[in-house]
Amino acid sequence: MNNPIIMNKYSIERTLGNEVKPYNYDEFVKNFKVNIINLSETDMEFDLIGVDVALANSLRRVIISEVPSMAIEKVHIYQNTSYVLDEILAHRLGLIPLKADPRQFKMKEDENSEPNEHDSLVYDMKIKCTKKDLDALAHKQYISFPGMILFLSNILIYINDEQLTFIVYSKHIKWSPLGNQKDIFTEKSVGMINDDILIAKLRPGQEIELKMYAVKGIPKDHAKFQSVCTAWYRMMPNIKLLDDIKGNDALLLQSCFPKGVIGLKSYKGVLVAHVEDCRKENSSRNVFRYKQFDNKILLSKIPDHFIFTIESIGAMEPSSIFFEAINIIIKKVNNALEIALNQTEV
Amino acid sequence: MVEVLRDKEFLVREYLETRGLYSHHINSFNAFIDCELKKIVQQNHAVRSDADPNFYLHFKNVTVGHPQVDDGFNVTRNVTPQECRLRDLTYCAPIYVDIEYVKSGMKYLRKGFIIGRLPIMLRSNRCCLYQKSDAELAKMKECIYDSGGYFIVKGTEKVILMQEQPAKNKILVEKDSNGVPTVQVMSSTVDKKSKTNIIFKKNLIYVCHNALEENIPFVVFMKALGVCSDQLILQMVGTEFAIMNQMYPCFLECSKLNIFTQKQALRFIGDRIKKMGFSSEDYDNRVITEVHDFLSTVILAHIPVTNTNYHMKAIYTSVMVRRLIFSLSNPDLFDSKDYYGNKCLDLPGSFLSLLFDDTFKRFIFELKSVADKNIPKVKATPFDIIKYIRTDTITNALVFAIQTGNWSIKRFRMERHGVTQVLTRLSYLSAIGMMTRVNSQFEKSRKVSGPRSLQPSQFGMLCPSDTPEGEACGLIKNISLLAHVTTESEDDDAVLKLALNLGVEPVGLFSVEELHEEYMYLIIFNGNIIGSTNKCIEFVNKFRICRRKGMFSKFISIYISERHKCIYINSGDGRLCRPYIVVENGQPLLTNAHIDNLKRGYCTFQDFIDESLIEFIDVDEENNSLIAYCEEKIVPETTHMEIAPFSILGICASVIPYPHHNQSPRNTYQCAMGKQAIGTIALNYLHRIDTLQYNLWYTHIPMVHSKAVPMINFDKLPAGQNATIAVMSYSGYDIEDAIILNKASVDRGFGRGGTFRNSKCFLRHYPNQMMDSIQGPIIDNATKKPIYKHRALDNDGIAAIGQPVFDKQVTINKATPKTVTVEDVGGDRGFKETPMYYKGYDPSYVDKVMITSNSDCFLIKENFRQPRRPEIGDKFSSRHGQKGVVGLIVNQEDMPFNEVGICPDLIMNPHGFPSRMTVGKLIELLAGKAGLLEGKFQDGSAFGGATVADISDELHKHNYNYLGKDVLYCGIDGRPMEAYIYSGPVFYQRLKHMVADKIHARSRGPRVLLTRQPTEGRSKDGGLRMGEMERDCLIAYGASMLIIERLMLSSDVVEMDVCKLCGLFSYSGWCHMCQKSNSVCRIKMPYACKLLFQELQAMSIVPKISLKKYCD
Repeated sequence: MNNPIIMNKYSIERTLGNEVKPYNYDEFVKNFKVNIINLSETDMEFDLIGVDVALANSLRRVIISEVPSMAIEKVHIYQNTSYVLDEILAHRLGLIPLKADPRQFKMKEDENSEPNEHDSLVYDMKIKCTKKDLDALAHKQYISFPGMILFLSNILIYINDEQLTFIVYSKHIKWSPLGNQKDIFTEKSVGMINDDILIAKLRPGQEIELKMYAVKGIPKDHAKFQSVCTAWYRMMPNIKLLDDIKGNDALLLQSCFPKGVIGLKSYKGVLVAHVEDCRKENSSRNVFRYKQFDNKILLSKIPDHFIFTIESIGAMEPSSIFFEAINIIIKKVNNALEIALNQTEV
Repeated sequence: MVEVLRDKEFLVREYLETRGLYSHHINSFNAFIDCELKKIVQQNHAVRSDADPNFYLHFKNVTVGHPQVDDGFNVTRNVTPQECRLRDLTYCAPIYVDIEYVKSGMKYLRKGFIIGRLPIMLRSNRCCLYQKSDAELAKMKECIYDSGGYFIVKGTEKVILMQEQPAKNKILVEKDSNGVPTVQVMSSTVDKKSKTNIIFKKNLIYVCHNALEENIPFVVFMKALGVCSDQLILQMVGTEFAIMNQMYPCFLECSKLNIFTQKQALRFIGDRIKKMGFSSEDYDNRVITEVHDFLSTVILAHIPVTNTNYHMKAIYTSVMVRRLIFSLSNPDLFDSKDYYGNKCLDLPGSFLSLLFDDTFKRFIFELKSVADKNIPKVKATPFDIIKYIRTDTITNALVFAIQTGNWSIKRFRMERHGVTQVLTRLSYLSAIGMMTRVNSQFEKSRKVSGPRSLQPSQFGMLCPSDTPEGEACGLIKNISLLAHVTTESEDDDAVLKLALNLGVEPVGLFSVEELHEEYMYLIIFNGNIIGSTNKCIEFVNKFRICRRKGMFSKFISIYISERHKCIYINSGDGRLCRPYIVVENGQPLLTNAHIDNLKRGYCTFQDFIDESLIEFIDVDEENNSLIAYCEEKIVPETTHMEIAPFSILGICASVIPYPHHNQSPRNTYQCAMGKQAIGTIALNYLHRIDTLQYNLWYTHIPMVHSKAVPMINFDKLPAGQNATIAVMSYSGYDIEDAIILNKASVDRGFGRGGTFRNSKCFLRHYPNQMMDSIQGPIIDNATKKPIYKHRALDNDGIAAIGQPVFDKQVTINKATPKTVTVEDVGGDRGFKETPMYYKGYDPSYVDKVMITSNSDCFLIKENFRQPRRPEIGDKFSSRHGQKGVVGLIVNQEDMPFNEVGICPDLIMNPHGFPSRMTVGKLIELLAGKAGLLEGKFQDGSAFGGATVADISDELHKHNYNYLGKDVLYCGIDGRPMEAYIYSGPVFYQRLKHMVADKIHARSRGPRVLLTRQPTEGRSKDGGLRMGEMERDCLIAYGASMLIIERLMLSSDVVEMDVCKLCGLFSYSGWCHMCQKSNSVCRIKMPYACKLLFQELQAMSIVPKISLKKYCD
């Protein structure tokens, strides 16, 4: 396969992509592998082995910019007497992640059309802060977390305990079903992913009354439509010790890498370093800080082994995002093929 | 070994917290109200009349109340500054006096009589914000971090800037512009200012003064002062050989003039005083009294003279001459005007007292003339002076002066403009930066380097970085964090008495020769010689001990000048001074225990000053001190130690992290740019209605900030955001300092901000009982909706809150009566529309509407806000003078990313570094990165802060590259980049220059009425000028038709008839000159040309146009 990418003290020796190799399907199938390292509700780490960097990158790019998701797009503000200006409020609401699965919705064809059950979700929020609420809140917080009040008043604009504020969180946003939506969805399946996203703070007498319309969109239009926090890959690192590193140097070497990369073994009372787990290495290159390691260590990256991470915001499982992305790529490839074929016919 | 003091910066913090950052303004205003005002009224307390010797009016006991507003119907109530800002009122308080006067032969007494209103400085002791808690301030809708120190006049915030002036009553030896050695004294007392020069010209010494037509030989002058013996004169000046040599020709000249007695000398001077038009009778005596008057009150006016005893003046003059003569042989003895001890700062208090003194005198004069005029008249009611007291004389004079900044005081022939400036509320930093500004009186256009350059004596007093570039460079300065400006001291008498007790002997007790003995030191107190001592060091030490014991004000300075053989004691106002830790016997008096007590709140900074652990040293006294920079540098001779080295910087420079690693001009640039950075201007920004206000939605506390940042509250009202930057080139849209932004970051709120703009209108009452009215929107009949123009209006005809307003939409639908004058009562009752329009390419949203009344009319103010998302061309800057515009906004997938998936928010081209040498920015990035990993703010204080070695270790500890360089993968092709990229967080400021405010293009549009050429400027939708240089290009290229098109056809073309025969304009095809029509041709010409010809004709100059066929 490809030559490794060697990391020198001041630069990376990049041979990758400079040579053109003919594509061989059988070889690809033989080499291609996906190992799932870690999978949780929101995060997935997997190894993508035996693919070209272009493929890994296109996957990343598509996840970041083209996998759609639902986000609040329009906010009708009926009342907003809080200190948060209308535009800021709307901007903040737009960035709140929604649990709604975008695959169950259609893209809105006309921006100005009436929202319907297939392309939109509607949310409401109506909140008014009264002195009574606040007193109750203060009391409750004081009872449950005596320190809380102190902390709260610290972050308040006016440091004074009578000046408590009522905090509006994303949990105060309530879904209101459109059409037959209430048969299909539940508050849990389309509501807020996080309950504790700060939206605004209210003083007694202030109120916010809103109606929000969420639509399906792609992150290219606006980052709020991203279905991931981020998705990225790194190339599998490789460490080679070219010489025995013993004693204090071995300890030093160990400290130059994240925990678990370099292991120490004792031979006849002398500590000798060996590479335990390359995967955890993170290109910090701190070995170059010490003269004694010059020419003793070779840091490199394996060019066709990608450690890929997808961090979902929670609306879709990371694996679904992966498949969505693959589907989009396939669609793009088909599209390109079609154009190419059509052109040859002409 | 000296114990190292920990957390010394805490002292600075405590100092700034207890004293306030801008106390010099407020202190001086308080001093004005508490002392100066009383003094002025006391000095001019009586009004007497020439008509009635028994009549009098006495002003007693003047006080100033609290700011009030007149609600009409004689109802007044206390007012808050915020209300004044919003309602365009003046924040002023009544001046009360107790008056005693005579009415029909009886004595009357009235207490608390208002003679005028005085604008009140915010946070002064008369202001309603004085000593209020944060919660109380919040209730008054006032920002708790606001500096105060300014006035509110008719709704605008005005600052009286500090003015730098040459110090008064100091002897300065200099060479004048012609190279003539001169010794100069600017005398200044409460009611006299004069300038006296003694010059050395053609080997002779002369006394010059403006009131003299001719220079007076020095010896003649001395004789006029009553020192008639030549021997005595010489002894007064000194009997050193050098002096005798120089004095010889002077004596010779005097004897040539035949002047031997005082009377002869007085007459000699009398003949040379300007404006002496006496009749011949008794001429002699009148001249003599006039000269006596001149000698005692005009020349060297600051030296008091009693009963024509000029002894002190003679000694003072001889000291001046002595210095002049010594300087001739030793150029080192020349003084420098730029030395900061020879400067003083005029504060608002002294400006106001000058002004008030003048207006009060005028006020009294007016009352006197009223009394003179009215007392002789026989009237039914007895003359009552208080009916004639007009409060607006004083009120208007003060308000007008502060409003316009024109300070004209006729008595001193003072005519100054631009004394006050509008407080710039662009950002918090610009507002507080203005309170520390020092303006200099030098002419800006002159190319002088002396007053502009940084003087060593300014160290620690003035910020070495914060000065504008260009013409005002070095003339406008800013005082440092710890610098203090003294106010008038009350202890002058105590100091005088003490000096005498400490062994100063009055000059009169010595024979004049003794004065100049080697061991004798003259003692000069505020420019006056008070005596002499032969135990100079002992005296000074004792004096300082007394000061430390608190026997008089801590701000009175004393210092020995070996050069002058003088001890100077100064108690005057406007001196810059600075606190230092006192060091005795190689040990600082302040210990860690003291600082701990301070931290725990057991004591205050003031306690340390009272106990003289910390002492204020002014510029002059610094010359007698050995000040250690830190504990290690203390040697046995050390007298003081620096509190914190970063305190030499001013407010704006304190925001820069690691300024000591930057090239110095970069810090200067940042000082200018920090004031343009948008952020939160004050906590009450949503309650303000300013003409223009910028704000940033999501401000951050800088990751790397200096110790001074929390002290100036920049962390509570920051202006900028921590952007993750990558220093690399990208796409070519980043050349010439352009920056690349990540679109996703912008979507998520990076650099987002907005503007607030106001519009206001008055609803006036007119003499014919009519009044402006506001009319509701016009409803379109077909759609039943308001017409486009009125779409933003509410039913009441004022824009509705929350509505978007587009270009040319009406925001207040005002209508004015067609007739307004008294004669028209009962005339046309119709109205014409005079609405307020919104103007702008982009829509705004109505934020606030305020309806209120203001003296005689209704006032409506509206505030519009406009969100501003960063776009290509918007200006950003880091805190290191590295500004750049957005060159490209890139999608997140195209941005590079690192091994943990972080994309930079902003990409900066590395070419910005080598020539700018802003190493501070590199360290800021590194420290910021370490701070993120550690989860704490990093310290980047000047002359301190976290070191690069420590930061590198911290990065290493968190398994990041110790150099701060990461492996970045290209977002476009996905490969790791060959170079490691320096990336991390840097605090970026968004500057107020935005494309949305500047974008301008026009194809057709309005024209100027007079010339028919396109209007100029964006605000008038003007054309883009093809100027001379552009024209030159076209000429050089030979595109003559293009020139015709640009300069005429697309501009002000007009078709005119011209007569071939006479060459004059014809009209309607008929030449009135030739009475013909067949000679008339029609030509195209620029309207401006036609206009010129007609104007010339109007001046009886006949321009003729000779026509030729184009083809000939």
